[in-house]
Amino acid sequence: MTTAVDTTTYRDALREALREGLRRDPHVVILGEEVGRYGGAYGVTSGLLDEFGEDRVLDTPISEAGIVGAAVGAALAGLRPVVELMYVDFAALAMDQIVNQAAKARSMFGGQTGVPLVLRTQGGTGRSAGAQHSQSLEAWFLHTPGLRLYVPATVTDAHHLLLAALREPDPVVFVEHKALYTTRSDLGAHAPPPGVSVRRREGRDVTVVTYSRMLHRCLDAAQALAARGVEADVIDLRTLCPLDLEPVVASARRTGRVLIVTEDTLTGGVSAELAARVTELAFDWLEEPPMRLAGEDVPIPVAPALEEASVPTPLRIERAALRLLGRRA
Amino acid sequence: MSRVTSPLDLLRVMVRIRAFEEAVGELFVRGGTAGTMLHLSIGEEGAAAGFGLAMRPGDTFTTHHRGHGVFLARGGDPRRMMAEIAGKAAGSCRGRGGSMHIADVTLGHLGANAIVGGGIPHVVGAALAARHLGSGNVSVAFFGDGAMQQGVLYESMNLAALWRLPVVFACVNNQYGMGTRIDRAAASLDFDARARAFGLRGVTVDASDATAVFETATQVLADAREGRPALVTLDCFRFYGHARKDRSPYRTEEEEREGRSRDPVARLADRLRGEDVLDDDTLTAMRDDARREMDDAVAFALAAPPPDLAALHEDVYAPDRPAPPSVDAYHALVYPEGEARA
Repeated sequence: MTTAVDTTTYRDALREALREGLRRDPHVVILGEEVGRYGGAYGVTSGLLDEFGEDRVLDTPISEAGIVGAAVGAALAGLRPVVELMYVDFAALAMDQIVNQAAKARSMFGGQTGVPLVLRTQGGTGRSAGAQHSQSLEAWFLHTPGLRLYVPATVTDAHHLLLAALREPDPVVFVEHKALYTTRSDLGAHAPPPGVSVRRREGRDVTVVTYSRMLHRCLDAAQALAARGVEADVIDLRTLCPLDLEPVVASARRTGRVLIVTEDTLTGGVSAELAARVTELAFDWLEEPPMRLAGEDVPIPVAPALEEASVPTPLRIERAALRLLGRRA
Repeated sequence: MSRVTSPLDLLRVMVRIRAFEEAVGELFVRGGTAGTMLHLSIGEEGAAAGFGLAMRPGDTFTTHHRGHGVFLARGGDPRRMMAEIAGKAAGSCRGRGGSMHIADVTLGHLGANAIVGGGIPHVVGAALAARHLGSGNVSVAFFGDGAMQQGVLYESMNLAALWRLPVVFACVNNQYGMGTRIDRAAASLDFDARARAFGLRGVTVDASDATAVFETATQVLADAREGRPALVTLDCFRFYGHARKDRSPYRTEEEEREGRSRDPVARLADRLRGEDVLDDDTLTAMRDDARREMDDAVAFALAAPPPDLAALHEDVYAPDRPAPPSVDAYHALVYPEGEARA
């Protein structure tokens, strides 16, 4: 008998988590643009309207501030809303509600209330969607106390981190990656909780720290590096808040060299925070300053070659690792 | 007028609001409040009391910069509000919110908001929750005329009308958004027309007449409960500056004199005296009681201990959930003292 492999897509894993959330908790409602009849711009909520009805799955007008604000109010008043922002770029229209309202209500009101909402959105390059539909804006949320920030890379994490988000008492910004929806693997029965980083590949020579889609590019690069005799230790952060750097520091103590790979822009990006922390926490064991390989400081162009040139690729990751090791590419 | 709310009740709440605002204004001048901003609602008592008393227990609401009056009208504790404005742990938000973020969720108060219009969409969600949970509650957004020019109001009005939610948008039009008079901020002053354009009922009421506000509010709240949301404009005048220190260089003394002639407290008191429902002794006693209550609130706030610095990191996330370390704790981790340093 053969075992089925790669049975589930990232998209399906997310949908099943939403379905399970809707089934187990009558207070869960989904709202957002095109989440109902259309099934979600990337198909994540497909079929949920038929199964759960219009009281649980609400199509909204194109009013990002209004719908995120409504989700905040619904959360304050006893529901557990999952609000979908079709593209993370559109968060700019809803930033007041995310940053000044959702993130701060618990603190401003002295702990009287929380905002248990999940803001599902997706970002990143890969579809030539242009400067307003391709950004990686997680630093905006990481910078804001009161928010959680989950950035799943794998099918199993997409599922289990979303289920975990649906149990959080505080607002979770859940950033999917548009280039991952059709990726497939088996759906694991369990996953570590949020705030636990996971080593995806073992290696003694260089520590590679990453999350979301860049994990897969780092693993591809690690394979190419292995062919050249370099073994990379690849760590997937999975969630940026809570942030677990213990495995990174432990790995840095062994390798002395840390490469941080993110798709968001270099300047003021997540990689800057990670590099600072790694420097502080592993200073005495580092042979070189942590190296950051991040998105270029440019608006994302549409032309596929330019788009691809604006973010780390497996080849660039491989070259960066070799440079960090003082070897010729 | 309903059986349970009499004109004297309205007057008493208005007198208490005025007394609170005067007391907190004095406390501010004495340096007893936290911060350099304080927004008083003197002149707006008719809107706060008239609307607040028409709401039912369980109804939810959000407020704005000038929300002390609505908080009191909905049963808020002046001691806890005064302590909050003084930045004390005994305050309703443990000294984290202050005047602009006052909240008491046990009253259905989902929070005051210092972002103009920021709390408006919350009532759409709260009304969605009310319908989902079958509570029968209405959710009311109180905001100023400044928010009438914010986009999120119109997104919220559309959603409320589209989904036929139990929502009332209550615009306390005190004529000024900070120093800008409404006719210098809005091309059209016909707010009722804006409501109609979005499929809501639009009503404007003279909020110097608390009884009229109460009657209008009672009606629109009943309609909202049946899924017919409304925008109510409560027309009044902000007696003093935007903030306590503001000397109002943007308006004339004549305009202020005329505006202050529309005093909601004096108007109802005069009417009730004329109807022989109220005599001077009763009014004096009412004012004295309110003054004593607010003096007690000030004394409570002044006597309350300051917040514990160790509590700084509490309530950012839910208790017992992971949270980032304090700067000191992080330094202890990175730069341990003594031999622990490698």
